[in-house]
Amino acid sequence: MVRYIVRRLLQLIPTLFGLSLLLFAWLHSLPGGPEAALLDVRATADTRAQVRRSLGLDEPLWIQYGRFMKRLAQLDLGDSFSTGTPVVEEFGRRFPATVELTVAAMILAIGLGIPLGYLAARRHGRLLDILTVSGSLLGICIPIFFLGFLLKALLAVKLGWFPSLGRQTPGLDATRVTGFYVLDGVLTREFDASWDALKHLVLPGIALASIPFAIIVRMTRASVLEVLGEDYVRTAEAKGLRESTVRRRHVLRNAMLPVATSIGLLTGGLLSGAVLTETVFAFGGIGSFLAEAISNRDYPVLMGFIMIIAVLYVLINLAVDLSYSLLDPRVRVR
Amino acid sequence: MSAKTDRIDRLAELTAARADEGGHGLWYEAFKRLRRNPMAIAGAVIVLVFVLIAILARVLAPYEPDAQTWLGETSTATMTFPGARAGNLLGVDHLGRDMLSRLLIGSQQSLLVGVVATVLGFSAGALLGGVSGACLGLFGTAGRRVDAVLMRFNDMALAVPSLLLAVSVATLLGQSLITVMIAVGVTQVPVFARLLRGSMLAQSHSDYVMASTALGVRKSRIVLNHILPNSLGPVLVQVTLSLATAIIEAAGLSFLGLGGVDAAHPEWGFMLAESQQYLSGALRFAVYPATAIIVTALGFTLLGEALREALDPKLRK
Repeated sequence: MVRYIVRRLLQLIPTLFGLSLLLFAWLHSLPGGPEAALLDVRATADTRAQVRRSLGLDEPLWIQYGRFMKRLAQLDLGDSFSTGTPVVEEFGRRFPATVELTVAAMILAIGLGIPLGYLAARRHGRLLDILTVSGSLLGICIPIFFLGFLLKALLAVKLGWFPSLGRQTPGLDATRVTGFYVLDGVLTREFDASWDALKHLVLPGIALASIPFAIIVRMTRASVLEVLGEDYVRTAEAKGLRESTVRRRHVLRNAMLPVATSIGLLTGGLLSGAVLTETVFAFGGIGSFLAEAISNRDYPVLMGFIMIIAVLYVLINLAVDLSYSLLDPRVRVR
Repeated sequence: MSAKTDRIDRLAELTAARADEGGHGLWYEAFKRLRRNPMAIAGAVIVLVFVLIAILARVLAPYEPDAQTWLGETSTATMTFPGARAGNLLGVDHLGRDMLSRLLIGSQQSLLVGVVATVLGFSAGALLGGVSGACLGLFGTAGRRVDAVLMRFNDMALAVPSLLLAVSVATLLGQSLITVMIAVGVTQVPVFARLLRGSMLAQSHSDYVMASTALGVRKSRIVLNHILPNSLGPVLVQVTLSLATAIIEAAGLSFLGLGGVDAAHPEWGFMLAESQQYLSGALRFAVYPATAIIVTALGFTLLGEALREALDPKLRK
């Protein structure tokens, strides 16, 4: 197991190295060159030349790349144009919001997706199954920001059940501890603040959950169907085990394996989805900041955030693969 | 490897196991199963209607998509826009243009985005995956090294969430519809590459390849005439599915302000993105283009999924 983890971590090195190469190339092919990432659009030719010199852009490429790597290693990703603060700091400040939203979406998707997928498989070919399958297809095909529009227009604006924007009602006196608003409220015993933050999470959570929900339902259904046809399930039933025991110990446990891996696949989609969802609901996480950075041409933020997200994505995938080997002893052998 | 690569690999193996097919070829059997599947029929009908509308859009559209004929009757301040009526079956948009005409003409752009992005992703990916697969399957140790390097880069590209990859590409190219096509296409490259490589790898172990090798057929011939044609099944499934994702992802990029803004060539994603300002007054501005996107994507997805099932040896009972 330790060897497996070490090997997987070592495999990360070329990936990260290549990623840095790609980002370096990206930065150099930006319209206006890498200095565009530091200069205002209104900069004069003089300041441009000065910046080029101070950045060492007149030196050979490989020296520039070495510098770039050194800055990356020091986690120095430059400053945002629009706010002037270091990109890493901006990321850190907004990250809890996105984590909160992602966790909410994942809880919704897993909590509803697995039971529904299981039920659909048990009632294979009946109405519930057909509805579930077509519903999940719809979930994949609906543009996530349109779902956001709909939820906002119907449940927030028209019916007023949920707040339509932000993470917490402005003016609410809440103490910040961790940056996770729901958790903060619990820690400081300001439960009304927690409740308020939770209500703000519902609509963006549903919108963001739509795709993972659809995928989890389909995966669970397909996987349960496959396991239900296995010999060991028939054996278990034939030897007179109670149905609930067969269901729990033989069907669900085996059917969950592929579902567990698919959750890793979903994290990337969630981060993409967060950009759109957070923009619709002005949620103030990394997603909406990234969307702002796109329209402001805030290159340091764009580059830094994409870099951090890619690394996170790779790490999450690693964690998922490791958890998979915990769930399935057969994987460890390889 | 990771879950994303897992999914692609499983699709790639579809052509591998087909021992007892009994007389008829893979495609004949697949087509027979496809014809019996209502999902496939529904998908095919939707796709067919969509393509027909796109081709005939200029004939079907009652007005020019950028003619602001009813501008006088609209008011963004009070959120009053003429709804469905005799002359405008789906009402008028915020600039006094006929909604139905814009939707019909918009189908052309969406089809274009989907097709161009997919063709781009497919050809670049197929080239990369084809070279990789051919090297790995036939050219020994050296080939394995080439494959390892190519696939390492490929997995890296897969490691970046697709929308962010598209955004990075789009920032390089500036705001236009072509940008969107290229950006969405680029996200498809690594998927196709890994898929074709896996599929070719599965084929290169089969008996007919061994037989051709034993007969002394040149390696390039084996790859081009035998392995490649037999590896295309899963790729075709992915092409169909990727047409759906391309249209949805293009809408996302438009929403982020990276799409084309040409009024004479409306695009569904851009129409949907634009509608955000009028949500409180005219939800239909969002509902129409969104419905068009959803139905089209659904058509391609249904067809793709049905094709996957038809090709899957496990589901053939």
